[in-house]
Amino acid sequence: MHPAPSLIAFTTLSGLGFGLMAWLGIDATPPTFWVAFWFYALAFGLAGAGLLASTLHLGHPERALKAFTQWRSSWLSREAWLAVIALAVNGIYAALLVFTGTHVALLGWLGAAIAGVTVFATSMIYGQLKTVPRWNDWTTPMLFVAFAVTGGALLSGHVRVGGVLLLILGALQLFAWARGDTRLSGSGTTMATATGLGTIGAVRAFEPPHTGSNYLLHEMVHVVARKHAQKLRMIAFGLFAVVPWVLFVVLPFSHLLAAVAILSHLAGTLIARWLFFAEAEHVVGLYYGKR
Amino acid sequence: MCGPFWRTGRTSLPTQTNKKLGLVIDLDTCVGCNACVTACKGWNTENYGAPLADVDAYGEAPVGSFLNRIHSYEVQPDQGVAQLIHFPKSCLHCEDAPCVTVCPTGASYKRVEAGIVLVNETDCIGCGLCAWACPYGAREMDAGEKVMKKCTRCVERIYNENLPEEDREPACVRTCPTGARHFGDLSDPDSAVSQLVADRGGIDLMPEQETKPVNQYLPPRPKDTATDVLAPLLDITGEEPKGFLGWLDKTLKKLG
Repeated sequence: MHPAPSLIAFTTLSGLGFGLMAWLGIDATPPTFWVAFWFYALAFGLAGAGLLASTLHLGHPERALKAFTQWRSSWLSREAWLAVIALAVNGIYAALLVFTGTHVALLGWLGAAIAGVTVFATSMIYGQLKTVPRWNDWTTPMLFVAFAVTGGALLSGHVRVGGVLLLILGALQLFAWARGDTRLSGSGTTMATATGLGTIGAVRAFEPPHTGSNYLLHEMVHVVARKHAQKLRMIAFGLFAVVPWVLFVVLPFSHLLAAVAILSHLAGTLIARWLFFAEAEHVVGLYYGKR
Repeated sequence: MCGPFWRTGRTSLPTQTNKKLGLVIDLDTCVGCNACVTACKGWNTENYGAPLADVDAYGEAPVGSFLNRIHSYEVQPDQGVAQLIHFPKSCLHCEDAPCVTVCPTGASYKRVEAGIVLVNETDCIGCGLCAWACPYGAREMDAGEKVMKKCTRCVERIYNENLPEEDREPACVRTCPTGARHFGDLSDPDSAVSQLVADRGGIDLMPEQETKPVNQYLPPRPKDTATDVLAPLLDITGEEPKGFLGWLDKTLKKLG
């Protein structure tokens, strides 16, 4: 699939923002006044930037409000609703902390739960697609939520639990990569079933329907990036898991190291998310003899 | 439409359609002439919704939307010669259309009337998720209008009483010079198209995707064994030809 920068920014930044909101929401002794202001400015900044980035992907962003109508059947519509509700609930909770110093624990927990469900809904936009076997798997929602929870833990300064989460996230990502590599061949969809000609013999694409490129090839048959996939996986893994783990868990805590660790985690997450799109094979590629 | 509230949105699929108007495409007869592609582009540029874009048509990287495209495949059986098969592909108007249920705005919908899947372009935000959900590559984002384009089953032709009756079928079917495209109601087991599917063993594309496509494809018939009357004259290891060919063989030898 085409790794659109708008979608990488949308999923990564909104996940991180909602992850941070969730950690602030369940904090028994949350920050108040100015400290709370800066934490929530970061959380809302990340989530807001991500959600705004998603509208850049639209052909007609001026009609974006219509995307709230089909929540009964569409995960994209549900994600839109949940994101707005998560921002509203956490916004009220944050406003009470920032302006009055009041901690309404129940509201915080509610906000954290909705933030979590929002990230789950984001992941299901991709996880629901049977046409992309690598995504159509339980590892997709697990990974999106794990990235959000881990990134949120690091940003909110939960160093000890963050270290454990980094290990879990790293293991989950390695497992998802290995499993993802077998998903297309395991899906049962091949050139033979796509064309129905497999009963006659071996099918080979002889000539495509167009001499140039088209929307389908550009959007769904992105094969350029795959040759360096293994190297990019190692770079991503090093940046989002290994470097932050060393800086947080092995070395003594300092704010400078923590900042470097978080930036490294963000960079690694962006590369991992880029791979999430670039490596995913859409079954329509089979009509072109590609994967 | 009735049912529980979470199944009554506009992009929820109808539980039943009154007909299943579909195409039956004969892969045995199609010669890959692209007349259906041209007729489709012509009709749909002037009718339903925005015109089909042709961006940079005479430049270095032309790109445009088509609702119907023809692939060509080489199929090599275990024994015998390879076959070249032309393969027209357009929207299959699936019963369980995944493109419809993913739509966040209600722009994509499946009509109860004949089960036609359409896009209401004024509601389309151009997110592209429906094209991702379609396993067949039947939807293309228009490079000019930034809305999703797809086969309309020529909905404004097939019910149009201002057209002569023989023209009330999709443009691709009307134009096909070899009769490789058939149009009719596939929910009626007695219709001509249903009979054709039953006789020729019509198939679903990608049945494992569980989309229940309405359009059916008729596999190519087995090929005849090749007969070539002049071949013995070129076969240097063959037996001496007899009769007329024997006379021709001798005469040709005298010439050389």
